[in-house]
Amino acid sequence: MSFEFKVEGGDFTHAGYASSQVKKMLKQLGVDSNIIKRVVVCLYEAEVNIVAHARSGVIYVALEADYINMRLVDSGPGIPDIPLAMQKGYSTASKEVREMGFGAGMGLPNISANADSFNISSVPGTGTTLDITINLNSAF
Amino acid sequence: MKVGDICTILKGEMICGEDKIDHEVEFAFASDLMSDVLTVNCNNILLITGLSNVQTIRTAEMSDAGCILFVRNKKISDEMRALAEEIGMPLIACPSTMFRAAGELYKAGIKPLY
Repeated sequence: MSFEFKVEGGDFTHAGYASSQVKKMLKQLGVDSNIIKRVVVCLYEAEVNIVAHARSGVIYVALEADYINMRLVDSGPGIPDIPLAMQKGYSTASKEVREMGFGAGMGLPNISANADSFNISSVPGTGTTLDITINLNSAF
Repeated sequence: MKVGDICTILKGEMICGEDKIDHEVEFAFASDLMSDVLTVNCNNILLITGLSNVQTIRTAEMSDAGCILFVRNKKISDEMRALAEEIGMPLIACPSTMFRAAGELYKAGIKPLY
């Protein structure tokens, strides 16, 4: 199964819609609740990052028998220094994003902590792609 | 502790989720930083917060929280309430500060996570 969700930069009202839909779907399929939580925490963090930093983005979700892959492709400023962005506490988020309860430099490290596989590629000035995979039968 | 008891102890108001007044929560986590809430490795917590926006509800949903307690009489928008009703998340609003709310609930038996 595959799904696609469009995300608008700056739209904090609808941020989390895709994550919520994926959560519902995994629950319906009877996936273990601890694995669902890891999936949706990763996806929500990444979805909020698009809303917080990019102009727009698309989330591609591929659900296979034993894993879920989430690819988030955004058009935005990109990340010039990925190792720096992966450091806990580092953030370029605006005051508005921080007022929403995010932008503390915890999102990417949290995705990394919850994913079985996590890759970031970015072209500064163009955009960023996150590739997140979680095994659906892993004990973690 | 039951959701209804939390409401009574803090002289709070059930904003929605009245059908969950008997739902039990054992642990609480107090934060205005949603990024921090998303790192909590425990389900069915009581989230105590002063941050009142739609993403507070979404964060609680993704974290599998059992209830949200808004302190300091924060305004709960219609949008927040509608989303909470949709996902079945009970919301309580109370006049106490976060410090007092956490202290009263700790005294009454709610456990901290760490």
